[in-house]
Amino acid sequence: MKHTNEMEIRFESRSENEGFARVAVASFMTQLNPTVEEVADVKTAVSEAVTNAIIHGYEDEIHKVSIRCRISENVFTVEVSDKGRGIENVQEAMQPMFTTKPEQDRSGMGFAFMEAFMDSVEVESEPGKGTCVKMTKTVGKGRELWTTRSL
Amino acid sequence: MKYQVQENCLTIYLPREVDHHNAEEIRKEADAVIDRNHIRYVIFDFEKTDFMDSSGIGVIMGRYKTISLIGGEVWAVHTNDRIRKILTLSGVTKIMQIYEEEVV
Repeated sequence: MKHTNEMEIRFESRSENEGFARVAVASFMTQLNPTVEEVADVKTAVSEAVTNAIIHGYEDEIHKVSIRCRISENVFTVEVSDKGRGIENVQEAMQPMFTTKPEQDRSGMGFAFMEAFMDSVEVESEPGKGTCVKMTKTVGKGRELWTTRSL
Repeated sequence: MKYQVQENCLTIYLPREVDHHNAEEIRKEADAVIDRNHIRYVIFDFEKTDFMDSSGIGVIMGRYKTISLIGGEVWAVHTNDRIRKILTLSGVTKIMQIYEEEVV
């Protein structure tokens, strides 16, 4: 039987919840027996998506951010969504160094980091309705079981 | 923010996690200190840091913009593998020197 599991969390778009979101996702992920590196990759990607929801989606107003995680065999999927202002031009927003808030010292590297650390990143957004970032990562890809190798 | 000023050099001891939440405070305090003390060199000390996202990159780039106007430099010290990966990936290593400790 295929191993699956799912979880969902909803929290207020306060910056102190960024740390909570990373840790919650990372601890749900541990059942896949990931490497330290894989956990760090997912934590960074989640942090970027949640930060985007807080500062761009809701522009520092307090509303709800949702995270949904799914495990299917060794594929980890995480969706971060908000019901905020949405993105006019997703392609433009995903370009490295592109930012609408340079005065706040935003580096414009958020989506670039998500793409670098996850296997796939899909963004669905509608101006005025909100944004959903769906990311997947296959865990334990490069790992060989030592028991299958001859000594 | 924990920091130390020695002549025209500011060392910022970064917290365990550098994200949007605590980047704000570092940014504001660092700018105030840079302004007051005629800082030319900013050293980011990653000794205690095990997590950083693009908000941290923003902090480094922003400080670089300020002090490069007066010919200053930004440095990173005590970086672990993960932090070096983030720094390299962001391209910020083009404007910042990473101080490599000698391996004993």
